[in-house]
Amino acid sequence: MASLVGSRVERKEDKRLLTGKGRYTADINIANQTYAAFVRSPHARAKIKKVDTSKALKASGVVSVLTGEEIATDKIGGLIAGWAIRSEDGSEMKVPANPPLAKDNANFVGEPIAVVFAETLDEARAAADLVSVDYKVLKGVINTGDAMKSEAIHDGIDKNLCYDWLLGDRKAVEEAFAKADKIIKVDLINNRLVPNAMEPRACVVDYNTASEEITLYTTSQNPHLSRLIMSAFGGVAPENKLRVVAPDVGGGFGSKINVYNEEIICSWASKKIERPIKWIAERTESFLTDTHGRDHVTHAELAVTNDGKFLGFKNETIANLGAYARVFGTVTPTYLFGPCATGVYTIPAAYSNVKAVYTNTAPVDAYRGAGRPEATYTIERLVEKAAMELGIDRTEIRMKNFPTEFPFKQTLVHTVDSGDYVSGLKKAKEMADYDGFEARRKKSESNGKLRGIGVSSYFEACGIAPSAVVMSLGCGVGLWESSEVRFNPTGQVSVFTGAHSHGQGHDTTFAQIAADELGVPLETIDVVHGDTDKGTFGMGTYGSRSLAVGGIAIVNACKKIVAKGKRVAAKMLEVNEDEIDFKDGEFVVTKSNKKKTIGEVAFACYLPGSRDSEFKSPLPEGEEPGLIETSFFDPANFSFPAGSHIAEVEIDPETGEVKVEKYTAVDDFGRIVNPLVVEGQVHGGIAQGIGQALHENTEYDETGQLITASYMDYTMPRADNFPEFNLGFTCTHATSNPLGVKGCGEAGAIASPPTIMNAVIDALGGQEISMPATAEKVWRACKLLKKTNSKAA
Amino acid sequence: MKTFNYHTPKDVKEASKLASSSSAFLAGGMTSVPSMKLGLATYKDIIDIKHIKKLSGIKVSGKSVTIGATTKHVDVATSKEVKKAIPSLAKLAGGIGDAQVRNRGTVGGSIANNDPSACYPSACMALNAIIHTNNRKIEASKFFKGMFETALKKGELIEAVEFQIPEKSNYQKHPNPASRYAIVGVYLAKHKKEVNVAVTGAKSSVYIDKDLSKKLSSSFSSSAIDGIELDSSEMNSDIHASGEFRASLVLTYAKKAVEAC
Ligand SMILES: Cc1cc2nc3c(=O)[nH]c(=O)nc-3n(C[C@H](O)[C@H](O)[C@H](O)COP(=O)(O)OP(=O)(O)OC[C@H]3O[C@@H](n4cnc5c(N)ncnc54)[C@H](O)[C@@H]3O)c2cc1C
Repeated sequence: MASLVGSRVERKEDKRLLTGKGRYTADINIANQTYAAFVRSPHARAKIKKVDTSKALKASGVVSVLTGEEIATDKIGGLIAGWAIRSEDGSEMKVPANPPLAKDNANFVGEPIAVVFAETLDEARAAADLVSVDYKVLKGVINTGDAMKSEAIHDGIDKNLCYDWLLGDRKAVEEAFAKADKIIKVDLINNRLVPNAMEPRACVVDYNTASEEITLYTTSQNPHLSRLIMSAFGGVAPENKLRVVAPDVGGGFGSKINVYNEEIICSWASKKIERPIKWIAERTESFLTDTHGRDHVTHAELAVTNDGKFLGFKNETIANLGAYARVFGTVTPTYLFGPCATGVYTIPAAYSNVKAVYTNTAPVDAYRGAGRPEATYTIERLVEKAAMELGIDRTEIRMKNFPTEFPFKQTLVHTVDSGDYVSGLKKAKEMADYDGFEARRKKSESNGKLRGIGVSSYFEACGIAPSAVVMSLGCGVGLWESSEVRFNPTGQVSVFTGAHSHGQGHDTTFAQIAADELGVPLETIDVVHGDTDKGTFGMGTYGSRSLAVGGIAIVNACKKIVAKGKRVAAKMLEVNEDEIDFKDGEFVVTKSNKKKTIGEVAFACYLPGSRDSEFKSPLPEGEEPGLIETSFFDPANFSFPAGSHIAEVEIDPETGEVKVEKYTAVDDFGRIVNPLVVEGQVHGGIAQGIGQALHENTEYDETGQLITASYMDYTMPRADNFPEFNLGFTCTHATSNPLGVKGCGEAGAIASPPTIMNAVIDALGGQEISMPATAEKVWRACKLLKKTNSKAA
Repeated sequence: MKTFNYHTPKDVKEASKLASSSSAFLAGGMTSVPSMKLGLATYKDIIDIKHIKKLSGIKVSGKSVTIGATTKHVDVATSKEVKKAIPSLAKLAGGIGDAQVRNRGTVGGSIANNDPSACYPSACMALNAIIHTNNRKIEASKFFKGMFETALKKGELIEAVEFQIPEKSNYQKHPNPASRYAIVGVYLAKHKKEVNVAVTGAKSSVYIDKDLSKKLSSSFSSSAIDGIELDSSEMNSDIHASGEFRASLVLTYAKKAVEAC
């Protein structure tokens, strides 16, 4: 039987998803349901003096109106930060309380203050308009860079500082810098992004008054984790009385990791009003209240020798957490960012210092790549600038500093098990026709255009994560994953996983893995996920972990199935276990060629008896009936995808328009289970990264109003913003898991922003501009370039 | 969205009878529906004019192209007659928003709305259009009054827009990267006796740049407008483009338009 792992199997879920047969939270309706509408703060920062619900309560169709008072009385817990980060001085991070409904203070535009439940959505909305809130408006703290200099927005959190974190050795860095021929410096802004999942957040809650069980249907990347948090910290219900179901989820990019206010509020309220509740975010609510991504202000330096060797690196960053610290909010700018900031290079000394600040803006959390795009942008801007200032070819300077031996002990935290950065970059150069660039540049110039080329080499740490490591770094949970593989009596297989697809194609790729392990046809396998009542516990999908952690749990559970199957087959075939080989779904006696298929064995496991007079069980002595196995996998290390991307852009100096002419990506994701799915992930990631580099920006005005709160102003990239992506792969297997896989979900978004910006800056003759490189910024840079060029001439 | 009465009149007479101070005509709904949804506008009566046959269609005579008010952008963009008579008008329609917007949005709705960054108003100005309503004919130069303001009286219905066929013309647009409306749009039309340079997106409402029009009337070449500095003080400034950038774009696209003619 040909191996399914590695083949371009078309996505099983697409028939459902592309023909409108997907089942999303908004598709779920419960008889007698009420509709929720939230009253949200119109102010970035205000004291809540009084909330008057009397008019709303009298409005047509209104069932109930609840406020922060009630939720506090019922002792429902607030939203949490999932990682405890310590400051350089050893002190604990400072985290403000984040009640689901704000009672005393509103801290960002869109923060929920009250909620109305009514018979229809229109009635709920109309009544929400009647809730009158008396605010004392205060001056907000909006800007990342100014936060530490401004008035504290949370009581007891001095300078708005959550922590001042250090990773690395300042002294060693100073010594290295003292030896340098040159110090390369950059000042960077990593622009804040709105995740923009296609499906807005939603929840439907059904409380059963008899069993006292709450069923929450929600748009979550990690339903099990949501249940744990809501139960342990929210106190909404004990875990056994809370079922969390995330049906089809239409994109998340990190924004659906968090348990949000609305889910906690509706779950609590459903019990209170004894009615089911439905809530679907409007697109504006998504813009205002989904966790945002990035938002760093960075100063970084690279110490180099004249011949291009890197000696030391330092990174001083202010990271904006928004108004509150959320699940991955505090770790994203520290352990997911700092270690990767030295990139794919051997740099003897380095440190990353990050100050995380609170502001009166939407909370910031993990967003595709989470910390690693920011890290890669920092180091790859520095490296490109070093090449430019030293007059060394940008690819040569990279090759010169790549590690050549693996495992590669990276400067700050990670030991990278495998990789081959040189081959990746060489392949990318070939595919991009790097050497032919100068000719293309001349051609563009003859048409009055500016052309630039940019490279970025990256690695990232994903497959999160070894529990012992992450818990020692402050994580509140272990990041293992589990799976249950259930062979049904009649031969089909259900694969339960704690990971949860929100677009990644798990229905297909996980089935491929199981099919190979068990030797059964793909069609007989169903992947089941997204329901805490179905299958074992799990941590969900983010940090490119589903395959590298969740997939391995599946493999291991399948191996247990085969092991048991072998014991049973041996009994059935009346031989010793070691005389049997398992291959292509058959247990074969090597000597005699007698065999049983895995289906026959499964059947026997469930029907351990016969109608013969003599009792003859196929099960060996002491073997339990059934064929169901569970496995928990806790990886020994992160996995480390890596690669090199090369982009070419063409700029019209008159209009400032930037066109991406060519984009080449060569990635090493270890073994690839399904190239079709992987290419899709890379395409999406690159598109998102180009979005960040050229188009997307989240702008608050000085009062904290979100100016880019709709698609009329927030520039989502579109298909016509992209060239055809030219993809290539190299392969070194991960050694930390038996499949040798590394994870591919975030790489595109990690590598592409610096690739594009390096190309833009190259076209602009080295003038630095910030992301997104919009037409006006580029036009201004072109004007300057013209001036300097004419002066030089 | 607040509730409203929905009407589908069969003819213009019935439509205008239904109109009141708290009604709105509904054409493509690309502007009116979102603004109702967001609570920016509320009406008691919505008068859907899409079912009035007479209001849709394209007629070309020797001198003019007349487009019915409810003709969709996609139909103008793909019309063989329009492409032949005034290719730049078809190009303009084909560059509006995105496919979804073009499949519903209409020329009547576009000019009745007079969004400062809409494309059609510039075509009307440059092509000396005449706006036919159920009561009268209005010259384009008297139709667009200011930001979202037109000469239309309450309840007055646009029936068709008549564009004068120029000798040569071209439309150049710098799209807003998010909405794809015009940050700046320059419609250049060379008529027998004059050249019109109409600009949209740059100021509070569409306008004819007299200076550029005059220079190009005397010499129709991009060098004729080389070195001109446009005053940016009245230009729009927002997160996507400052007034200074817009001023530069007007000139850049005016030159591109001349070169493309
Ligand atoms: C995302 C997006 C991008 C866009 N990009 C562009 C662009 O690039 N360029 C551009 O030019 N436009 C653009 N538009 C506008 C679009 O092309 C429509 O023309 C515009 O939204 C209004 O046309 P409509 O037919 O949808 O009118 P409606 O929304 O139905 O009506 C708009 C207004 O006009 C009134 N009205 C409609 N028809 C008549 C009539 N016959 N007589 C009197 N009053 C009438 C209505 O009562 C209402 O007040 C864009 C719109 C969107 C949503």
